[in-house]
Amino acid sequence: MKNTRRSALKVTGAFATLVSLGLITQSQAQAAVDRSGFSVKTLDDALKAIGGNAAASDQITVVSPDIAENGAVVPVGVVSKLPNTTEIFIIIEKNPTPLAAVFMIPDGTAPDVQTRVKMGQSTNVIAVVKADGKLFSAIKETKVTLGGCGG
Amino acid sequence: MADPMRIRAALAGDETTVRVLMAHIMETGIRKDASGALIPAHFIQDVEATHNGKSVLKTMWSGAVSQNPFLSFKFKGAAKGDKVVVKWVDNKGDSRTDEVTIA
Repeated sequence: MKNTRRSALKVTGAFATLVSLGLITQSQAQAAVDRSGFSVKTLDDALKAIGGNAAASDQITVVSPDIAENGAVVPVGVVSKLPNTTEIFIIIEKNPTPLAAVFMIPDGTAPDVQTRVKMGQSTNVIAVVKADGKLFSAIKETKVTLGGCGG
Repeated sequence: MADPMRIRAALAGDETTVRVLMAHIMETGIRKDASGALIPAHFIQDVEATHNGKSVLKTMWSGAVSQNPFLSFKFKGAAKGDKVVVKWVDNKGDSRTDEVTIA
């Protein structure tokens, strides 16, 4: 399975981003893994890549510091109270490539994930959640005192 | 093979919380070295956690995830003594699999 995915990756370009990202969540892993959403450079393109506009929802909490002292390591978490949450996307608006991480949540797993991300500068952290096939979002601003990409 | 992951899994009530610290440079591919050349991207792209053969989490990451990535998630249906297996694969095809026993 791993080999199939890897060789499919090489052929990837042709797939429509929207459809492919949807395919990943199903366990027919013959589908090519489309990572093109990770190379888009603007927030609008990132939202398009993951499926379009997301309605704001107060059922999603973005857990991130108000002020991050080290932009290289900013803890970011997302908790969704929306039923049937299947995917969580973390977007760092002002990063060179805003889509940072995607989490696929199967039945039995809580829509509550945490990781640490790099932030180049103070920015909005946007969590997009796919629940029941629809997209919802929440935003939190995090200020960065020391930017996140080294140098 | 890369350095091992540090994984902790603790059961509270019916929910297991798994916390993973992976060892990986997570190079974005946009940094430049002293001579101005781009340092090639080298980062974990996929992580999958399984319990008793069933996938309990999959992630797709970019180089924007911090070096030595941290991941925490929770799932139901496990018991103390069960194993959770975590595997990551990076953009160069390297991978690492580690497991933890739920405490």
